[in-house]
Amino acid sequence: MAEEAPKLRVVGTRPIRPDGVDKVTGRATFGADFTLPGMLFGKVSHSPYAHARIRSIDTSRAAAVPGVKAVITGSDLPEITREEAFVGEAPMNFRDLSQNVLARDKVLYDGHAVAAVCASSVAAAEEAISLIDVSYEVLPHVVEVRDAMAEDAPILHEHIRTKGVDPKPETPSNVVSRVEFALGDVEAGFRQADTVVEREFTTQAVHQGYIEPHACVASISPDGMATVWCSSQGQFMVRAYCAKLLGTEISRIRVIPAEIGGGFGGKTVVYLEPLALALAKKSGRPVKMVMTREEVFRATGPTSSAVLRVKVGAKSSGAITAAEMTLMYGAGAFPGSPVQLGCMTGFAPYDLENVKAVGYDVVLNRPKAAAYRAPGAPMAAFGVEAVLDELAETLGIEPLELRAKNAAKEGTKAAYGPKFRRIGYRETLEAAKSHSHLQVPLGPNQGRGIASGFWFNIGGQSSAAVHVNEDGTVLVVSPNPDIGGSRASMAIMAAEVLGVEVEKVKPIVADTASIAYSDLTGGSRVTFAVGMAVVQAARDVVEQLRARAAKLWDIEPDAVVWDGGEARPSSSNAGDFSPLSLADIAAKAARTGGPISGKANINASGAGPGFGTHICDVEVDPETGRVTVLRYTAIQDVGRAIHPSYVEGQLQGGAAQGIGWALNEEYIYDDSGRLQNPGFLDYRVPVASDLPMIDAVLVEVPNPTHPYGVRGVGEVPIVPPLAAVANAVGRATGVRCFDLPISPPRLLHALEERRSEAAD
Amino acid sequence: MAKHHITTTINGEPTEFLCESQQTLLDVLRDELQLTGSKEGCASGDCGACSVMLNGRLVCSCLVLGIEAEGASVETIEGVADGDRLHPLQQKFLEEAALQCGICTPGFIVAAKALLERNSNPTETEVRYWLAGNLCRCTGYDKIVRAVLDTAAEMRGA
Amino acid sequence: MAQVVLSYELAQQYTGGQTHLEVDAKDFRALVKALDGRYPGLGPELGVGLAVAIDGEIFQEPFLEPIQPSSEVYFLPAIEGG
Repeated sequence: MAEEAPKLRVVGTRPIRPDGVDKVTGRATFGADFTLPGMLFGKVSHSPYAHARIRSIDTSRAAAVPGVKAVITGSDLPEITREEAFVGEAPMNFRDLSQNVLARDKVLYDGHAVAAVCASSVAAAEEAISLIDVSYEVLPHVVEVRDAMAEDAPILHEHIRTKGVDPKPETPSNVVSRVEFALGDVEAGFRQADTVVEREFTTQAVHQGYIEPHACVASISPDGMATVWCSSQGQFMVRAYCAKLLGTEISRIRVIPAEIGGGFGGKTVVYLEPLALALAKKSGRPVKMVMTREEVFRATGPTSSAVLRVKVGAKSSGAITAAEMTLMYGAGAFPGSPVQLGCMTGFAPYDLENVKAVGYDVVLNRPKAAAYRAPGAPMAAFGVEAVLDELAETLGIEPLELRAKNAAKEGTKAAYGPKFRRIGYRETLEAAKSHSHLQVPLGPNQGRGIASGFWFNIGGQSSAAVHVNEDGTVLVVSPNPDIGGSRASMAIMAAEVLGVEVEKVKPIVADTASIAYSDLTGGSRVTFAVGMAVVQAARDVVEQLRARAAKLWDIEPDAVVWDGGEARPSSSNAGDFSPLSLADIAAKAARTGGPISGKANINASGAGPGFGTHICDVEVDPETGRVTVLRYTAIQDVGRAIHPSYVEGQLQGGAAQGIGWALNEEYIYDDSGRLQNPGFLDYRVPVASDLPMIDAVLVEVPNPTHPYGVRGVGEVPIVPPLAAVANAVGRATGVRCFDLPISPPRLLHALEERRSEAAD
Repeated sequence: MAKHHITTTINGEPTEFLCESQQTLLDVLRDELQLTGSKEGCASGDCGACSVMLNGRLVCSCLVLGIEAEGASVETIEGVADGDRLHPLQQKFLEEAALQCGICTPGFIVAAKALLERNSNPTETEVRYWLAGNLCRCTGYDKIVRAVLDTAAEMRGA
Repeated sequence: MAQVVLSYELAQQYTGGQTHLEVDAKDFRALVKALDGRYPGLGPELGVGLAVAIDGEIFQEPFLEPIQPSSEVYFLPAIEGG
């Protein structure tokens, strides 16, 4: 139950993060900063073709390069049959993952790994890579979603038969599956509408763009015990995936998390670690592997490119009578785009009686898509929120008003089925309505766009341990890599429970051998779920402290209260004892029973969904098509902000990524299916001069299932910006762009088309 | 190919190292001198994570060859703090939460320090354009820009 | 009777297209057993790659969570994150 705690002492304050000094001085160790004596350097050979059969691989010339100690290809990894593809109940297909980290009979995208070497210098490894002789039989390729779905498209996987269609197909397809979510009767709903808007949209594949390339060091001792140092979004995920891919037991691998330089979902899988381990085993030496930026773009998963159709019907009052969407997402080389999540989230902010979402998961010759912050949701929200904007304009209703009229609230049946519990969507709309941003007047070529968005947030398996040190200071041990400042929040929550100063509580992120299992960092779950475990572990410690004090005072434990960081007798009847601090009790731990330590291992449920509403002002230069973001406000229900600065940071960072997705980021392929812009010069992410200050407004509607009311916050912020920006451009120019990114050439083209239409 | 023997000054310390012709200054700092505070984000001068000062000039160390350090003065993130006394920029970055994952932070601190040394009263626009060569994917730049502006104000007024 | 909603895909495969079902069960395990009894083969499918919403609360891998007579149980795709 949520404690509507009137006096939270530490929660909601902004202490300096405990890992901060190391980060501002360059002392913090990220994946590529780690070295071991005797270390070799590993490099990967990548396919230059989008689609080809591998006839043969000759590694002899590579192996002969002086300094080269081992070479591996797909045949060095154990074969995982289709039946063994899924381990336990995880949705990860390990057969596909294995084929992605090293190609077997086919390469499926420009950049697909085909071999790896390790050598005593990076130069020797690079030379060896250039001498790996692969004989390819080039096949026709397909990189666009519509093309991949066509009847005559080149087929990536002969065994795929589209699931979810009736009758079951006999012939192979690139359409992996069709999914559907529906409520009510959309046909009837559209008949009741006074106005219907229907549009088709496209969005491009974008990369998570973390500044730190993937990096790891792997070492295997002669008895087969392996250690991996790497940055990832989950050291337990790395351990489990490597064990599965290499056919070894989980207990034989220890993964030590380095600091992580950004993930956003892109580091929730493995690419280098299994290769480094296989090379370490073959060479008998530790192996370090670091991706170049080009490799990051070509050989790791961006998100899906998408084609979508959205249709919404409403009465002239603005009440939506029916909403429908069809999503086609590119999964990349192997099945598994987040199209289902797109179907579930697009209409989620709205209370709809008649709604239908159909999704298609499509493979094509691009890197296997990886998760990217609210996977699947931004594209769907782009289409929905853009159509709502057109509807609002057509009906003459303010965009916020239209949303408020149809807003989901507690008890609303979500578009994907279950009823919402306590949510704060309306509160974000109200905060938007009263925000001063709306009062700022707009000049020529300027426009204002509004959009909302939703993400479920998840709970999951989480562990924590809280140890009281001999001097009364506290160690909070948790398993989850800190990608946004979560470790500071762990310390805050533990300090709150224990009633001590946050400076006395030191949080650390532990390796797989030093703390119990935890699901990876992602899904906006760490502050919520791991935080819940930390609170439980801290409460466990409080119970032990009471029991120890009771022993020292020779009274019953329930006559002891823990308050303000001290043990006290519950009343004068219990006895006249001076309070005991953590330090006092810790000093006597040995005689009262031994070290004082609490733990919690949970499968957290009750994650609170999050909603955001964003307001974006742009100015368009009609001569160049350049869009400047003048003003941006991101409003979100965050449940309760444990450390408000880092919550604001999530809103600002997610908004910036969404702005990049809307205005400039895209994967560009040539006619042979080769990626043309695998670098930060031509893959243009927002820089400081592109953006204004981003006003982050934290609305707090506490989540009743978390002790402090926490909701996940990290993913919602990237969902509204695509439409917020596109709607703003539409209002600024009178021309709506349905294809992202709205880069200058595209916008200019749209403006010129409108000019020539007007001239006709 | 014989290595080059280079004599230089790094963060005020006379330093010598061996390097190959093709090694960049960034490679040398990280791999030969174990100064891993400067980061490689792109190796093509686009992300600024490797920012250092070379003879008083802000450069991407991935675009400088190791041999160019001969006789030069190099300042890296490791030299910004004075022992355990943080530079005001570092302190402000911490107080204002101007970092999340922290990988870009060394580059930003070096770059911002270079700005404040030549312009003690930059406008927000001047800060944004000066820092346009440093990519951050986590923060959206808002808190970074505020931290730099607040540091400038503090260093002027205090 | 608890109201249970399956995905279209599972319904097509096991229940002849019926997505909305009524089941009497005291907890999730019993619910799955009852469904498997009615539609042989459905049981194992309900554990793979799915999340379950019970009265609006989403569980990844539920087992003994109690089901009320008035509960609504939705089988959803597993929700990953980024």
